[in-house]
Amino acid sequence: MVHVSATPVLALRGVSKRFGAVQALTDVELEVHAGEVVALVGDNGAGKSTLVKTIAGVHPIDDGVIEWEGSTVRINRPHDAQNLGIATVYQDLALCDNIDVVGNLYLGREIRKRGVLNEVEMERRALELLTTLSIRIPSVRIPIASLSGGQRQTVAIARSMLGEPKLVILDEPTAALGVEQTAQVLDLVERLRERGHAVILISHNMADVKAVADKVAVLRLGRNNGVFDVKTTSQEEIISAITGATDNAVTRRAARNGEAQK
Amino acid sequence: MSIDKSSTPGGGPVVENPEAAHDAVTVVDPRLLVRERGFAGYVSEFKRKLHAGDLGSIPVVIGLILICVIFQGLNSNFLSAQNLSNIAVTMVATGMMAVGIIFVLLLGEIDLSVGSVSGVSGAIVAVLSVTHGMNEWLAVLVAIVSGAAMGALHGFFFARVGAPAFAVTLAGLLFWLGFMLQLLGDQGTINLDGDGVVGRLTTYYFSDVAAAYGLAALAVVGFFLSSFLDNRRREAAGIPSRPLVDTVLRTVLLAVVAFAAAIMFNQYKGLPLALVLFLVVLVVTDFVLRRTAYGRKIFALGGSVEASRRAGINVTAIRISVFAIAGTFAAVGGLFWASKIAAANQSAGAGDLLMNVIAAAVIGGTSLFGGRGRTWNALLGVMVIVSIQYGLALEGIATPIQYMITGGVLLATVVIDSVTRKTQKTAGRA
Repeated sequence: MVHVSATPVLALRGVSKRFGAVQALTDVELEVHAGEVVALVGDNGAGKSTLVKTIAGVHPIDDGVIEWEGSTVRINRPHDAQNLGIATVYQDLALCDNIDVVGNLYLGREIRKRGVLNEVEMERRALELLTTLSIRIPSVRIPIASLSGGQRQTVAIARSMLGEPKLVILDEPTAALGVEQTAQVLDLVERLRERGHAVILISHNMADVKAVADKVAVLRLGRNNGVFDVKTTSQEEIISAITGATDNAVTRRAARNGEAQK
Repeated sequence: MSIDKSSTPGGGPVVENPEAAHDAVTVVDPRLLVRERGFAGYVSEFKRKLHAGDLGSIPVVIGLILICVIFQGLNSNFLSAQNLSNIAVTMVATGMMAVGIIFVLLLGEIDLSVGSVSGVSGAIVAVLSVTHGMNEWLAVLVAIVSGAAMGALHGFFFARVGAPAFAVTLAGLLFWLGFMLQLLGDQGTINLDGDGVVGRLTTYYFSDVAAAYGLAALAVVGFFLSSFLDNRRREAAGIPSRPLVDTVLRTVLLAVVAFAAAIMFNQYKGLPLALVLFLVVLVVTDFVLRRTAYGRKIFALGGSVEASRRAGINVTAIRISVFAIAGTFAAVGGLFWASKIAAANQSAGAGDLLMNVIAAAVIGGTSLFGGRGRTWNALLGVMVIVSIQYGLALEGIATPIQYMITGGVLLATVVIDSVTRKTQKTAGRA
């Protein structure tokens, strides 16, 4: 088991977010440690994407506190998040189809020598990076258009690794992938953890979550609905937390009886 | 809940066995079709590219050869040094504008105003230097800067305000046409001094035979050295490099073309200044597009605006600058146009000029869909268009037929572009 640090890399305390008349997030708590994969699960509209966007700086939070390595920070713009060391890989990968792998990896942060692109250095480092992440790509000099969906996903993740982030957020990285490609991406997630990155993984796929995550944080209707340890929790428990199946007549009576007995 | 069973033992089945992971450290994936070395390799690579729709400049080169064969068959003067030399000088005006248009096409946008802007540029030089007696160099500078400003203005309305580039530059086409007519005033034509700066742009030839040979030699040596040194750096860094045979073959091909052209020019008046300037522009713009971060950003915008924005690229600034570049080259083209007719007149920048500029860029191989193309495409495309014009003129075929033939060639080109794009998509190369 990888060593997990005591102070969380990122901690959300009582985070709330409103969009007009919609209360998207209410008092959400979340902790992620270095070398830990936290899966964020929940039904459609549960607030997963909103939560991720508040961390990534797309939507500033209305209430609550974001703690980064123990100290309170404000994340108002995507730039703030990047400066802290948060990298986000969105579902739409935002790669340029007409540019090759190296060009995409270094887009917007090209290595230059006397004002000229240093293609040799970029290609060497790109190969090095892809090798350390064990990413298999036919060639780093072919356009993104020639890659499969899974390969594109791994390129997008590798791209997020260039800034040596402390926290990587993956928004449904396996949603559109086949079996083998999903396996590749999950391998990559494990490698991120082994390298000591904190990872937040959004997924709808319970098998994926159980395969790589350490903790599962469930959101339901914009609120926390439990944080589970993957090893000791059954899939049924997680799914009932997602769907709210725990919230039925029996549990309500049990809760009321519990209160009454106090 | 059967999905659960496959992954319960600690995620075991998902992880590949460690040996396979070590294998991944190969530089090139075994599934990628790597070209075999040697001549057979070239042939099979060529066949594969043909099937994948990765035609590059092949259609236009074949087109040029066809044009030469047909017109030479019709009139033996077509391939004479004089005719070819004249083609080389005439094509520069359109070619310069096509270079600017290629920048805009790389973004996936269009600029319809280049013809009018080129007309304004010629009019500015004529009015300032002839009517007001300004120093001609200064007048040329004012004209070029004005071109950049006009382009930047279009870019502002497109990138900042968000109006479609098509509409903005269409407005520019009309506005600057009127502006030019206003500048030229009542008489409508201002004659330029044939021996002035602008006049000599298209009439000066380096009559010393050494000039043409020297330039050809410089190009060949420069090309070889840059490819060779680049390969050495790649080898030193331990990344895949081109085999030496490849570099040598390309250099030999370039040498044949360059020296053939040099011999041809020396049989007439020598190396034309206009062509030298055009080649310099092509080398510089190609370098900017392919070797600088700025050029990379232009390609990125042509590929995906959203990806560019997320990569921190200032989309608005790049777009405005690209339209400014198009305006600049339109103005430069306008100077060559004025030089050719030794005057600024009301018909400058009108007629089929705009269409020829766009056609040249597209015929040369620049994609209308953005993100694909090189400024060298301008050279090939404009050679095709001007060769057809000269060939038909030699035959005494009238303008109507010329228009129809040029239109047909353009249609053929966009058909090739669209079809290759489709094949490339299926072959995963678009």
